[in-house]
Amino acid sequence: MTENESKHWLLRPRTIRLLWIGFTVVLALLVLADMFIHPHTLFGVDGTFGFYAWYGLLTCAAMVLFAKALGLLLKRPDTYYDD
Amino acid sequence: MTISAFPPGALLILGAMLLPFGGPRTRTALMLGLPLATLWVVWNLPDGASATIAVFNYELILVRSDALGRLFAIIFSLMAFAGFLFALRQRSTLELVAAMTYAGGAVGVALAGDFVTLFVFWEIMALASSTIVFSAGGRQSTKVAMRYFQVHMAGGALLLSGILVHVTAGGSITFDSVDTNTLGGALILAGVLLNAAAPPVSAWLPDAYPEASYSGMVFLSAFTTKAAVYALIRGFPGTEILIWIGLFMIFYGIIYALLENDMRRILAYSIVNQVGFMVVGVGIGTEMALNGAAAHAFAHIIYKALLLMSAGAVLYQTGKRKCTDLGGLFQSMPVTTVCGIIGALSISSFPWTSGFVSKSMINDAAGHEHLAFTWFLLMAASAGVFLHAGIKFPWFVFFQKDSGLRSPDPPWNMRFAMIFFAALCIGLGIWPQPLYMLLPFPVAYEPYTAAHVVNMLQLLMFSGLAFFLMLPLMRRTLTITLDVDWIYRRLAPIIVRRCAAITLELNARARHTMLQIHSEVAKLTRNWYGENSKLGGVQTVGSTIAIALFVFAIILLWDLFTA
Repeated sequence: MTENESKHWLLRPRTIRLLWIGFTVVLALLVLADMFIHPHTLFGVDGTFGFYAWYGLLTCAAMVLFAKALGLLLKRPDTYYDD
Repeated sequence: MTISAFPPGALLILGAMLLPFGGPRTRTALMLGLPLATLWVVWNLPDGASATIAVFNYELILVRSDALGRLFAIIFSLMAFAGFLFALRQRSTLELVAAMTYAGGAVGVALAGDFVTLFVFWEIMALASSTIVFSAGGRQSTKVAMRYFQVHMAGGALLLSGILVHVTAGGSITFDSVDTNTLGGALILAGVLLNAAAPPVSAWLPDAYPEASYSGMVFLSAFTTKAAVYALIRGFPGTEILIWIGLFMIFYGIIYALLENDMRRILAYSIVNQVGFMVVGVGIGTEMALNGAAAHAFAHIIYKALLLMSAGAVLYQTGKRKCTDLGGLFQSMPVTTVCGIIGALSISSFPWTSGFVSKSMINDAAGHEHLAFTWFLLMAASAGVFLHAGIKFPWFVFFQKDSGLRSPDPPWNMRFAMIFFAALCIGLGIWPQPLYMLLPFPVAYEPYTAAHVVNMLQLLMFSGLAFFLMLPLMRRTLTITLDVDWIYRRLAPIIVRRCAAITLELNARARHTMLQIHSEVAKLTRNWYGENSKLGGVQTVGSTIAIALFVFAIILLWDLFTA
């Protein structure tokens, strides 16, 4: 048994590569699905093609970066309050 | 004073006192039976007021049953049942007694018809929840419990003073919507918001809850904040400032959870985040928004308890709570992993879970009212929930690196409790009608349109993409993030210590100066009256009389000249 096979099947590099491929396909299909639904727009931009996809991606990236910046200022060792 | 009926919350509160006395079997029967009995009583409550007591000139309504109160009383009872199923093996009798009292207090709040009854049950909850934190044992939890207790006593004081001002200004004692433009109304709102973990005092929640035991935090997550949401829906629908407070809570929860390393503190921050959605719903205040807030509270109690049960199971089995120590547990704890993932999907309002059918009502209500700014922020926040709780929690606890831990799934009672709530998360997501029928207003809402499902899936999946693309930025570190509680945990002690030091120094100097003055006076006296002085020495009666006469003469002369 090689080292790879002793790993849980979910952790093998092959599985992880397949998962990434599957994930990418799902993402592409979800964006394409926009062409087949009737967008009911409330504010204009939210009815445009692929709005929820880029909006989700960009706002999440913004939140991670903002958290990172705030962390520089407010992070302390987790023993900070111990006496 | 007459009692015409029995408040259902008292069933749990009185029943809690029996817990220390029975054997293991009796105790198990009580722990599971009492919440179910309460659920049955609450479910069958007829509409209207009952159990009224006349006290002085006021009529207290211990039980007022309507759709809104019943919804919360039902979910509180159901939560108590699942929580006690999970906690059957908890060895601390103190925690179990406190948890049952706590649940009873929450049911009492949900059915309280007047402000006095509300306040009494409110304070029972504060005391019982502090006891849960305290019962975890150790010096650390005693200190945390004291901090938690003090914050809630302050909140209780705000609430009580608000009620007193409200009633003495001629307001009704009945608990209905309150005008926030009056002093009484504003104080009541402040007291309620404190329990909802609203800014600027959100920090008490992530400070205290994660210090409770593996089962204690499951109870804590459910009652205090959701009883506050209930009080907001009842007392302050459509109060615009709540939209802004809620939005702040939503993003505060996300950002702090992203920075957190302790798995249960991540979930604690996400409680603040989820309650934020409900507070926004109350602030919007339309029937759809209030329905959404109530439905989201109902769904939230279930999936948040489920998430904390899975975290509690990990803590119970491994004794570890930091993401840096965990990982790879999916291999040995499959039930806990699957249940944790279902809870994580529900909190992210993934389609076919309970969060989808409840949170969407709040988001859509903002859209219907054309609150563009609020709507865009709520959408970003929905993506952010998936980021901080939906993926981050299961990823770092059950997957990521292999920590080498191979603990098995927890005992049957904990597995059953998790499976029960996981089934409810999916059941309510697929068949939302039973939940919709319990809501305070008629529901004309269809969550499952093709557009809605595709939109939400896009939002969540691309949020997931952002998570995995930015994974290097999210590496866990052994850190905490400073919060407002720094003021009372660090700054205030420093100021107090400094003031104490200054006071001590002043005291020492003053004593020194006084002593010097004393010794100077003593020296003078000795010089004048001492053994070798003119006036001193052995005094005869004659000389004493002479001195007295001399003084007398001076006084007389003084008098003469000044007359």
